Amino acid sequence: MTESPVLEITDLVKTFGALRASDGVTLDLRSGEVHALIGPNGAGKSTLIHQICGTQKQDSGTIHFAGQDIGRLGVAERARLGLGRTFQVSSLAPEFSALRNVMLAVQARAGSSFRFFRPVMRDRGLIDQARAMLERVGLAGRAKIPAAELSHGERRQLEIAIALALGSKAFLLDEPMAGMGPEGSKRLTGFLDTLRHEAPILLVEHDMDAVFALADRISVLVYGRVIATGTVEEIRRDPAVRTAYLGDHA
Amino acid sequence: MALSRENIINLVLALLLLVVPVAASQMGQPFTVTLATRIAVLALAATGLNIALGLGGLVSFGHAVFFGIGGYAAGILASHVFSGEPMMFGFEGSNQMPVIWIFAVIACGLAGLAIGAISLRTSGVYFIMITLAFAQMIYYFAISWPAYGGEDGLSILVRNQFPGINTMLPLSFFLLCYGVLIACIGLFALLRGSRFGAALQAARQNEVRVAAVGISPYGIRLAAFVVSAMMTGLAGALYADLNKFVSPSMLSWHMSGELIVLIILGGTGRLFGPVAGAMLYVIFEFALGGLTERWQFFLGLILLGVVLFARGGLIGLLAGKARHD
Ligand SMILES: Nc1ncnc2c1ncn2[C@@H]1O[C@H](COP(=O)(O)OP(=O)(O)OP(=O)(O)O)[C@@H](O)[C@H]1O
Ligand SMILES: [Mg+2]
Repeated sequence: MTESPVLEITDLVKTFGALRASDGVTLDLRSGEVHALIGPNGAGKSTLIHQICGTQKQDSGTIHFAGQDIGRLGVAERARLGLGRTFQVSSLAPEFSALRNVMLAVQARAGSSFRFFRPVMRDRGLIDQARAMLERVGLAGRAKIPAAELSHGERRQLEIAIALALGSKAFLLDEPMAGMGPEGSKRLTGFLDTLRHEAPILLVEHDMDAVFALADRISVLVYGRVIATGTVEEIRRDPAVRTAYLGDHA
Repeated sequence: MALSRENIINLVLALLLLVVPVAASQMGQPFTVTLATRIAVLALAATGLNIALGLGGLVSFGHAVFFGIGGYAAGILASHVFSGEPMMFGFEGSNQMPVIWIFAVIACGLAGLAIGAISLRTSGVYFIMITLAFAQMIYYFAISWPAYGGEDGLSILVRNQFPGINTMLPLSFFLLCYGVLIACIGLFALLRGSRFGAALQAARQNEVRVAAVGISPYGIRLAAFVVSAMMTGLAGALYADLNKFVSPSMLSWHMSGELIVLIILGGTGRLFGPVAGAMLYVIFEFALGGLTERWQFFLGLILLGVVLFARGGLIGLLAGKARHD
């Protein structure tokens, strides 16, 4: 097991004025694992995801993905390398149906967005691939509904379907359980458990049941610093983590 | 295949725009034919802009540049045929529309590429302002360039020709413009429904999402801007031939604004929005322009009403919200 990590973040720093949202974050994601990132509100979890995906630029530090320094690449370039992410506040094409949102990802993966004439709605291959992804996340019945009219939970599922359609080499999921309800969380937990075989998952999540059920490793972020990284057991026992975050949950 | 309500309305508009001038011509009313031609040409220009603005959400306040370049392509090429002075490399100019159109479309494509490449690095109000700035530059250039009429403009002594069609006859020229319009609306429909169109419309709705799936919005928008410029340029060439005259006013910001107004009146991003908008605009101009100098004031009122109460424009009012199937 000397395989190098899929994603490797070193000494990442990001400040907003006087606030250090990332304060020397070092973290990696290994193939096949679910690495959970937990921490209190405002700890800098989403900011970290944004820097990995390029929607925000780090002040300093490096990000390596699939053996390549991606710290200066644009958002689209990083996505093409295989970073599939979901947003804490879902980000979809609101007028497009669920199906068309996924179709966009399928065509993006094929690199075929400069085809000007053939109608997409008569493109069986494109539609079938997109529909298969919706089926996997359990949204097939909502294929025709505009993204704006989906529930919070459904939008999260749709974002996962999009990341799947991209053939992502790593999944970065920012609170996928939020707004799901207990039933939905349970189903999604089961689903993510199978997803890890496709690509490793960096999972930002407040739902501790899901985190403890899924994570191979957990990192705890507080005020922009990783205060602990370890297995579920190690993190549960860590006294610093208990005072900073877990409280009576452990 | 059942026709959607919007498609039925589109069909009615297309037939109306065809039948009225044909009937008017039979009844010896060439002026009505000219009005219809004006509608068709303005609708064509706005259909071009509708690619950038309607599909891409790119509020270009400088599309008169392309309209004007198209117009000057017609005027300049024709003027050399009449004066007998060669242009450059011994090229004698042309009074053949197909040749003029090719020139107009290529020139506008290049201008669109240059202006788009720079403007699209900005967005929102900055994009509006920078496209306006480019348009103003070219407007003042045209005014101060004496070779082709400067401020006074350039007359086209005899309307340019099209093989097999007598363009001097109002109805024939109308039918030519109408044919080009319908072909370009067809092209618009194809683009909108294609993978390119999907990416373009998605970038209007949420550019972060588009980037997150690995499509760079910039390239998609630039391609859209170029195609948009070319189509508006083609309309400009026809407009010059319609009026047998081209002047810097075709390049002015009023013209850019007029094209935007047409689209908003008719329905932004809608297939026949520009046609509906141009009909409304030209009929208004004709009906009220005779009664009062202040017809633009009433147009303003209507525009206000549309923006406040009927965002989908005339097409939206008649056909309901736009649907992406
Ligand atoms: N664009 C920004 N400008 C200024 N401050 C920001 C910006 N984005 C985030 N912050 C601040 O950075 C800190 C970290 O925010 P972040 O969203 O990363 O937290 P988080 O760990 O994801 O929290 P939550 O669990 O609530 O989602 C917060 O204090 C937040 O207010
Ligand atoms: Mg967050």
